[in-house]
Amino acid sequence: MWLNTTWFVLYVVIITGYVILDGFDLGVGMLSPILAKDDRDHRILLNSIGPIWDGNEVWLVLAGGALFAAFPFVYASLFSGFYTAMMLVLLVLILRTVAIEFRSKSDSRRWRTTWDWFFFGSSLGIALLLGVALGNVVRGVDLDSDGNIAVDLVELLNPYSLLVGVTGVVMLALHGAFFLTQKTEGEMLGRVRRLIPVLGATFFALGTATVASTLALDTMVVDNFRDRPWTVMFPLLALASTLIAWRLVENRAYLSGFMASAFTIAALMASVAAGLYPTMLPSSISSANDLTIHNAAAAQNTLTVMFVIALIGMPFVLLYTVGIYYFFRGKVVVDDEGY
Amino acid sequence: MSTEVLHRIQFGLTASFHFLFPPMSLGLGLILIILGIKSVRTEDPKWRRLSLFWVRIYGLIFAMGIATGIVQEFEFGTNWAEYSRFVGNVFGSLLAAEGIFAFMLEGGFLGLMLFGGTRLGNKLWLFATTMVVGGATFSAVWIVMANSWMQSPAGYEIRDEGNGPQAFMTSFWDVMFTPTFIPRILHVLAASWMVGAALVMSVGAWYLLKKQHTDLARTMIRVALPIFAVMAALQVFVFGANQAVAVTENQPEKLAAMEGLYETTDCAPMYIVGWSDPGDRTTSGLSVPCLLSFLATQDFQGQVDGLESYPQDDWAPVNLVFQVYHLMIDLGMLFLLISVVAVAMWIWKRKVFEKRWLLWVLVSTIVLTQLATQAGWWTAEFGRQPWVVWQELRTDGAESPLVSTPQVVFSIAMFVVLYALLLGIFLWLMDRKIKAGPPEEEDMEDADSLPDSFSEVFRRRSRVSGP
Repeated sequence: MWLNTTWFVLYVVIITGYVILDGFDLGVGMLSPILAKDDRDHRILLNSIGPIWDGNEVWLVLAGGALFAAFPFVYASLFSGFYTAMMLVLLVLILRTVAIEFRSKSDSRRWRTTWDWFFFGSSLGIALLLGVALGNVVRGVDLDSDGNIAVDLVELLNPYSLLVGVTGVVMLALHGAFFLTQKTEGEMLGRVRRLIPVLGATFFALGTATVASTLALDTMVVDNFRDRPWTVMFPLLALASTLIAWRLVENRAYLSGFMASAFTIAALMASVAAGLYPTMLPSSISSANDLTIHNAAAAQNTLTVMFVIALIGMPFVLLYTVGIYYFFRGKVVVDDEGY
Repeated sequence: MSTEVLHRIQFGLTASFHFLFPPMSLGLGLILIILGIKSVRTEDPKWRRLSLFWVRIYGLIFAMGIATGIVQEFEFGTNWAEYSRFVGNVFGSLLAAEGIFAFMLEGGFLGLMLFGGTRLGNKLWLFATTMVVGGATFSAVWIVMANSWMQSPAGYEIRDEGNGPQAFMTSFWDVMFTPTFIPRILHVLAASWMVGAALVMSVGAWYLLKKQHTDLARTMIRVALPIFAVMAALQVFVFGANQAVAVTENQPEKLAAMEGLYETTDCAPMYIVGWSDPGDRTTSGLSVPCLLSFLATQDFQGQVDGLESYPQDDWAPVNLVFQVYHLMIDLGMLFLLISVVAVAMWIWKRKVFEKRWLLWVLVSTIVLTQLATQAGWWTAEFGRQPWVVWQELRTDGAESPLVSTPQVVFSIAMFVVLYALLLGIFLWLMDRKIKAGPPEEEDMEDADSLPDSFSEVFRRRSRVSGP
């Protein structure tokens, strides 16, 4: 049964990888109307994520595949239960790809402005929808004894989940700003740096509100933290690394600042995971219906095969992710190539 | 209309639309590798010019493929929850393996490949291209493995361990290499290379018709036509024939539906065109006697089982399968004919570059090959009905139980509007790129000045420039 826990951890790692990597390029999208004053600014922003955003999004594909393989019952219940929300996620994912790829294909001002707004809206949409989904998972959903969820889109948009969603949006916008400190210079860098304290303070306020609401709801997550007090270190680490990230950027240590911001996200994802473990999808109808790492997992031999595949594949994935980031390091200069 | 049918419409629509792009990127990828090898081996800058032109089109196609591909991965869960629960132990691992091995390779190196024309030397650019194309091909391998498992499941047993009946893996090797996998993947890859070659050929022919970039256009046809011709012949005589044998052995009732064969027959005919009516159990049309028997059993007098040997509940929609199958077959024969004529006209004083009617035929191949691959995929999937997992799980009942009809109607409407928009923009951009033509030689960076090995790339201090 150690495999089930291993896969839970691996799954959290993949999701965290997704949020950290695609998170900053979603953040860049969400900040684009504030940061970009003209076409050149928009191009700087797009080209900062140009060669890497596609690879980042692949982590979401990987997360979907890994969930299907390791926890097929969670995959089936979650995706069918959140049907309309998932369709909207697909819609914004596709629109975002289109916006990034197609913006540069015409010089018309209207064309470019339209796609700039699509880029902003879809980046915001993805972050918000995924955040709201996470909020609903933490809060618990109407999961019946057959593993099906009866809920419509309006019920998913409850105040608690919306709060989690908005917190996520601000978190990723902040993360995107930390990313941009490495990629921009001059006036644009000044704008980014002025934005960081504002976003940081908002994130702190919303984060505090989320923790308070979670405590007030008194869900399973709260019980788990009470039973395992040491796990409180995860949210505390998140708080500490946010402050460190801020200080680092103040001292112009941009890469370290971005790393600290990534660590904040990792610590927050670990907090959620620690709060849920060993449950993956809590039922608000009865805890007997909860989908856990035991009753929702694939068979042991499937998990073993998958584990071997992950052991072979993941080092390569990490190797070329690091290689590509290294290759495309440095500040963005807008030229004829790219977006 | 039942919700199950709506789920099928949505999945069919989104999968078909997605399947416009992967064959083009697989085939064009192969050609980009050939162009890259030529760039490395010769001093002639025309190969790099061609690479620069085609890699931009590749980027557009690849982006469309990625954007529309993620939809299917979501839909197994959103639309087919019961299916996902039933096959999770088996099918999910193939998808996840695709994600880890293949998709990461593509996603990781795509940036290098697309921006390589201005940042990398010939060798390193070829390396990046090969990694992306290798990843895409590997991706196709895993997906076709997963599909083959649905067609001819193996390496599993059905047990109920408290979550309802579920497939449990008994051998991962058998799950990967099901009896229909090898014939299917060869058929799909050859088809994809044909589509890619057809794309290059049709653009080359278009330039020749318009008398633009004639030198490069001839080179395009010289590179693409041999691939197209060899694959067209292999499809008809080897891969297609292998497919017929694999279907006969593993899915005989599907074969019967493909040919509209109701009674078990010796010397069964193969139709060229026709109409099959499952109501009065007749098929009529133009046919070649005994050819089906030969393809299925390698004996003109061989016996082929008709649909009446099987319960009518288990029949696929006969005439639909018959029509899409014959569309594919007839187009396959047409490709062979086009290849023979074009190659003959090439050998005969290079007439292929001059005859306008032949150039127009070459222009049309991209549309026709797309139609053929779609028809082939439809044959495979309609022919599998009424099963989602062959003889283990029916499509009716595999859908998500609590997803309501209005929800699916909404999502179908969403995809129709979104995909119409996507297709419109895609065609418009393709048109612009093709009209813009390959870059002028003097506009290109000198390939010798660009880094061409990893040590060079990493030694060089960042050029302080993004792509």
